[in-house]
Amino acid sequence: MEQIFIPAAVLGSFLILVVPGRLRYYYTLSLVLFVILVTSVPAFFQFFSPLADASAIPVSPIREVMTSTNWVFRGYLGELRFTLDPLSAFFILVTNFTVLTGILYSRGYLKAYAKTKNPAQLALHNFSYTWLHFSMLAVLTIRDGLSFLIAWELMAVSSFMLILFEAEKRATLKTAVNYLIQMHIGFVLLLFAFLLTEAGTGVMSFDALPAYFANHSNTGLFLLFFAGFAVKAGFIPFHTWLPEAHPAAPSHVSGVMSGVMIKMGIYGIFRVLVSVQSDWYTIGLVILIISAFTGLLGILFSIVQTDLKKILAYSTIENIGIIGLGMGLGCIGLALHKPVLAVLGFTGSLLHVLNHSLFKSLLFYASGSVYRATHTRNIEELGGLVHSLPRTAGLFLLGSSAICALPPLNGFISEFLLYTGFFKGLGAGNEYLSIVFLVVILTLTLIGGLAIFSFSRAFGISFLGTPRKVIPIQASAITRDMIFPQLLIAFMILGIGLMPLAAISPIASLVETRFRLGPISSGVFYGTSLNRISLFGLILISIVTLILYIRTLLLKNRKPEYGPTWGCGYTHATSRQQYTGTSFAENLAELAQPVLRDREEFRTISNEDIFPRTRSLHQHTSDIFGRGIGKLTDLSWYVLKKLARLQTGNIRHYVLYAFIFILLIFALLYLKLI
Amino acid sequence: MTGALLAIVSAIFFPGIILRVKSIAGGRKGPGILQAWKNILLLFRKSSVFSTTTSFIFRLAPAVYLATVLCALMLLPFPGMPSILGFEGDFILFAYLLALGKLMFILGAMDTGSSFEGMGANREALYSMFTEPAFFILFGTLALLSGHLSMQDIFSHFQFAGEFSLITGAIATYLLLQIAMIENSRMPVDDPRTHLELTMVHEVMILDYSGVDLALIQTGTNLKFVLYGGLIANLILPVKGGWLGTNVLLFLLVQAGFAAAIGLMESFRARKKLAKNPQFIVTLSSVALIAFILVLLLTRNLIR
Repeated sequence: MEQIFIPAAVLGSFLILVVPGRLRYYYTLSLVLFVILVTSVPAFFQFFSPLADASAIPVSPIREVMTSTNWVFRGYLGELRFTLDPLSAFFILVTNFTVLTGILYSRGYLKAYAKTKNPAQLALHNFSYTWLHFSMLAVLTIRDGLSFLIAWELMAVSSFMLILFEAEKRATLKTAVNYLIQMHIGFVLLLFAFLLTEAGTGVMSFDALPAYFANHSNTGLFLLFFAGFAVKAGFIPFHTWLPEAHPAAPSHVSGVMSGVMIKMGIYGIFRVLVSVQSDWYTIGLVILIISAFTGLLGILFSIVQTDLKKILAYSTIENIGIIGLGMGLGCIGLALHKPVLAVLGFTGSLLHVLNHSLFKSLLFYASGSVYRATHTRNIEELGGLVHSLPRTAGLFLLGSSAICALPPLNGFISEFLLYTGFFKGLGAGNEYLSIVFLVVILTLTLIGGLAIFSFSRAFGISFLGTPRKVIPIQASAITRDMIFPQLLIAFMILGIGLMPLAAISPIASLVETRFRLGPISSGVFYGTSLNRISLFGLILISIVTLILYIRTLLLKNRKPEYGPTWGCGYTHATSRQQYTGTSFAENLAELAQPVLRDREEFRTISNEDIFPRTRSLHQHTSDIFGRGIGKLTDLSWYVLKKLARLQTGNIRHYVLYAFIFILLIFALLYLKLI
Repeated sequence: MTGALLAIVSAIFFPGIILRVKSIAGGRKGPGILQAWKNILLLFRKSSVFSTTTSFIFRLAPAVYLATVLCALMLLPFPGMPSILGFEGDFILFAYLLALGKLMFILGAMDTGSSFEGMGANREALYSMFTEPAFFILFGTLALLSGHLSMQDIFSHFQFAGEFSLITGAIATYLLLQIAMIENSRMPVDDPRTHLELTMVHEVMILDYSGVDLALIQTGTNLKFVLYGGLIANLILPVKGGWLGTNVLLFLLVQAGFAAAIGLMESFRARKKLAKNPQFIVTLSSVALIAFILVLLLTRNLIR
């Protein structure tokens, strides 16, 4: 099976480059669908194994495919092993869904480029898209260190190609190169981590980790892996590539990158975490602290952005923080031998991975539609889109409510699990741990409040009110095939919100087996809480419907009047007087000034200004970490420039260097230093 | 069940008491106790004026706002008796349900495109962001003290948690009182009587609402008051009170007292400077933190 499938997929992807333009989309779609089908079926059976008993199916080649967990591909250079376990299976299912919605969405989104881009560029884009998909699947199933790193690198390169789609813009080019460099910093960290593993055990593989952790200190190697994966996942302070790269890429790519590609970092951390043997307490605390900062700062930065996709990108960082908080809770639960906490933490974390992949891709697609229709992403120029793009507005609102963790949607479920875990943990450890957990609860509530702040701003400013700038809006640019994948996601968001147990129970059983906790999740999850929450979802929806029905009945025979918005006596209000995104964020930006570093350029009126000239106000906010890294690169640039003097081009100088080097070696040998 | 029903009953006289107390404190006779509801009923019979800027969100917001408050009422326990649908961790749902209402309310205000309403929406978002931590720390404290996670168990167990429950209860009551005032946009942070749009929070957000939609919002606001009043009653009232009737009477009494306290506070207290409001609200979180540390100290001997 695998001997045929892998070459077929690889060959098929190269054919994209030669398929005629009319068929390119359908060809890519069918290739992606084929790969999704072949990988999802075994993943499905692996993931839902407690629920879907494969032994009921008669023994046949079909069953073999469905339940195969080990693929060995024998090529000319050697063999490549793909191993499927419930953890990989979960991530594969998440990945496949978002990749599918991404490609469906891309059809309408890329139509506008048919005139400006030549066919080769579009073909290369589709080719890179399929390779991003392949490499993510490979990352999720390969255990061998070297092959894993190659797949990891392929993922970085293919996403680099995707970001580069609009390479004619200088900013995009710069961003993409920045992205590639940062990915390689992560790569080097991972390489070191794998080399350490090999030095300790003789095998360079994830499978060797339990042996390594059994004989060595756990914290060191784990943190090295964590740092390497954190660059991909976007934990602060490794996040600086993320808010640049997501907006630069086309929207379906941003959706896939933010929805699933950065989750490969989370997968990696989980993959290492299941092998860790001790030091849970330290590891848990470190993850908690980093994640709390990530969550809080991520959402704070998102509030001051004016680019719609940058708001979403920073909120991605926030959500990575929430995922990390769950991981930290799980580790501390293991350290305290409280399996309930561990199950709540890890399950909440993994469920949030799924949830975030849903609502974030939805939001990116919706903001892509806004960009398609208005050709701007600056919320200060938007406004009143709800009238021209009602469907996109509704979907964006749904995604926003879900990301703010509001009931009855899916985001609430995962945050509820985390909250419950932290509240349960308040009395579980010593007093200091109680304080840590309380601080985390404080962080989570602040994140929740800030998320509502950020998304009411993003939605309110861009979709409500009246347009702030006269922009021709092409509502027809948003075709039905752009809306359909978003509806698919919306359906999932509501589904998980109303039937949380369907998603939670397989995840919880995965957590139980992977972290050797014993069958306890049934006691944690099958109680009343989650059933009650889904009941409340239904009640809420029915009460809203009822009230709206009564309202319609009441208003049936009354004729409402229409008029302008109440201007407090002022009758000539213009749309420029509306609240803007910057003014909405201002009071918070002022309070959070040390982090946000709001910079204003404004010339005050002096006595000499008898006839005041035109005035302008510029407000800037910048990411302090981005600046820090900028300083670091400036410094290394300076050092390198100085070092470049050594490169004179004169052969005699080079001979001199060699001579000095030999002398140095002799001297060191003589002094017995080497 | 009893909690929700009694809360709704007390909502009938709640706004009237506030108004009456304020009138008497101001030296006037004041309207009848039921006048506030008569006004709301009048609004239900009226037709509406809509701004042409608004969309379906403007019309959806009041319904969602009221629905979330009604749902939250179902989580309200009664001393010694369970709530309609309480469960472990229900106060998390409680807070997030109200947050959903707030989000829709904010969006409804922004839908009008008015700069005043944008301002109000912004303030509401900021204040509620700062209020939520206080609520969660408070419930963390109570959860730690009682060892339970559902509101009904928290309230019924924390009273027996030893001699500390008195002081914790006092701090908790103070906090809930203040949180209720902020959540309902009342005196220290917002003044419902103010007539300048620039300084309003809640009132400016409903400027463009009229008729049925305004009635829905006002119903929701009144219910939200008794929701918090009910929480306070749960804190104060004894769990084992012998005859059920005593507790019912006491519950109504606490609600009436809460309303009177609001009336008095609004009559004799100046409103804070708008720019200082965030600081004031953050203070509540610090008070809640003090309560938490206190509970840790007393129950766990933090300093040995």
